[in-house]
Amino acid sequence: MSDAIDIRRVVKRYGTFTALHGVSLTIRDNEFFTLLGPSGCGKTTLLRMIAGFEDVTQGEILLFGQNIAGLEPDRRPVNTVFQNYALFPHMSVLDNVAFGLKMKGMAAETRRARAGKMLEMVHLSAFADRLPAQLSGGQQQRVALARALAPEPRVLLLDEPLSALDLKLRQAMRVELKQLQEDTGITFIFVTHDQEEALTMSDRIAVMSAGHVQQIGSAREIYEAPVNRFVADFIGETNLLEVDIVSVAAGTARVTLPGGHPLTCPSATDSLGKHALSIRPERLSLVAEGGDLDVTVERVVYLGTDLQLLTRLQGGMEMHVRIQNSARVTVPKVGDRVGLRIEEGAARLLAD
Amino acid sequence: MKGVRHYPGFLAITILCLVVLYAPLLVIMAYSFNGSTSITTWGGFSLHWYVDVFTGAEAARFGQAAWNSLTIAIIAATASTAIATAAAVAMIRGGTFRGKRATFALINMPLMVPEIVTAVATLIFFAMIGLTTGYLTILIAHITFCIPFAYLPIAARLQGIEGHYEQAARDLYASRWQAFRLILLPLMAPGVVSGYLLAFIISLDDFIITNFVKGAGMETLPTAIFGSVKQGIKPNIMAISTLMLVVSILFVTLSYLINRKGRRAP
Ligand SMILES: Nc1ncnc2c1ncn2[C@@H]1O[C@H](COP(=O)(O)OP(=O)(O)OP(=O)(O)O)[C@@H](O)[C@H]1O
Ligand SMILES: [Mg+2]
Repeated sequence: MSDAIDIRRVVKRYGTFTALHGVSLTIRDNEFFTLLGPSGCGKTTLLRMIAGFEDVTQGEILLFGQNIAGLEPDRRPVNTVFQNYALFPHMSVLDNVAFGLKMKGMAAETRRARAGKMLEMVHLSAFADRLPAQLSGGQQQRVALARALAPEPRVLLLDEPLSALDLKLRQAMRVELKQLQEDTGITFIFVTHDQEEALTMSDRIAVMSAGHVQQIGSAREIYEAPVNRFVADFIGETNLLEVDIVSVAAGTARVTLPGGHPLTCPSATDSLGKHALSIRPERLSLVAEGGDLDVTVERVVYLGTDLQLLTRLQGGMEMHVRIQNSARVTVPKVGDRVGLRIEEGAARLLAD
Repeated sequence: MKGVRHYPGFLAITILCLVVLYAPLLVIMAYSFNGSTSITTWGGFSLHWYVDVFTGAEAARFGQAAWNSLTIAIIAATASTAIATAAAVAMIRGGTFRGKRATFALINMPLMVPEIVTAVATLIFFAMIGLTTGYLTILIAHITFCIPFAYLPIAARLQGIEGHYEQAARDLYASRWQAFRLILLPLMAPGVVSGYLLAFIISLDDFIITNFVKGAGMETLPTAIFGSVKQGIKPNIMAISTLMLVVSILFVTLSYLINRKGRRAP
């Protein structure tokens, strides 16, 4: 597979403020790639630099091997779905979708036909003659998508396109977007601060914070093998325990858990001493005896499909446990002392 | 809380203001339909003075003046609107640049400078560069002082248009010029039309500056009316004035309506 986009040590400064501190990442062709991070971490900034709306302060961006530094936005085979859609208010839905084709010099007849096809694809053929203001938010979002896809860009940039939609529609659109990406084979770069959205759609995810890329990997990798506290904490829910590393070699460490039990686990670090151990709540199970951790149950929260247990270790640390709700489980009572077994390979030592 | 109507003296002050402002206009309008030659006694309803405006002794003089006024207003409004549009785009879409505040002040300064000062200065300037006063000097002066009037509604409109639209156009392969012509210009059109109409009226109405820079033998409608009034007020002046008033009100109303329509459907 070739690389669609190669971002090399890109720095972005606004005056004295540095929005991106030397970001490097490679996005493959035909990939659904997601930039995930909290508000203000620089996702939009990075996207706007790829589209050509912001200058790169330092570093370079290659698009299919070509440095795009000097290229104006209209010279880049990249289209954007804007967060607020930015549909042209004075043009009909069809004219909006046909705009990019018109600018590319396609004849009136052909571009109307193609724009019509695009509208069909997003199930909006009946709305071709309406103005954008006469559409619902979800419909506008589809028009924006059709408009950006119509000129067949090689890369599609999507800046939180689903954030304005309600939950139901958002979930439906996730599936549709993913399907669309697979059908068209266009590289999607998707920006979101919603980790669930990122996990469900992406081939790979770059987790960002404060202008740095923290980790790049598949949904499974970043969820199950987070490299640091930020990623472990930001993606899903996790328990972070301070532990002592007894020995470490080849990515596996032996540690002593609070309470004295030993544990062998994968490690993102190879230095000894105190480190954070991340354990997902759903990878813990209740055992009568022989547990890795001994805790007291403080609260039981009923979540429908799951039960969430808030428990506390002897030393005062809180441990969250999530167990499936079924007739077979015996739900502990508040104040019970129970053992927790850590699933094989589920605990992971973090780098910092 | 009490409404403004309940303040003591509200009614009296309101009536006084309305009378001072509008009574003279009403009198002129009424007497333009006066059947008698007197400007003070009512001689029955008649369109006599309107006929006189178009066919009477002064018809040729007023006709030429009206033609000058009209062509100058059209050219001055067109030119100043074009300049004001460019200025507004540069000021509002041009990002930050050195001297931005100064530029803003310079664009709007003519609104602050007393008109008589501008008039004298402009006349001296034309004399210095050796430009003979006449149609051309009136035109140049009008284009200049119309710019801030055209600028204000255009800039106000442009301020309300988000930058995303042009970026979306650029993203969809439009050049800078295409993004401006196909996206920004249609979106700011209500402001541009409004600015044009305002500039047109300002040019059509102007007396002081025009009077200074017009040169001998060249008249616009306001200077022709002034010239005629100096000889004594005849009812035909009232008819002309009423016609100008109607044109002005028409344009201002149009400008207002276009702006409002634009605001309702962005
Ligand atoms: N034009 C600008 N001038 C100065 N600072 C800016 C500018 N644009 C963005 N920033 C700053 O750069 C940082 C990154 O902004 P960016 O818009 O990329 O964040 P984001 O990750 O997209 O956040 P969100 O999820 O809220 O959209 C922020 O701290 C922001 O304040
Ligand atoms: Mg953003």
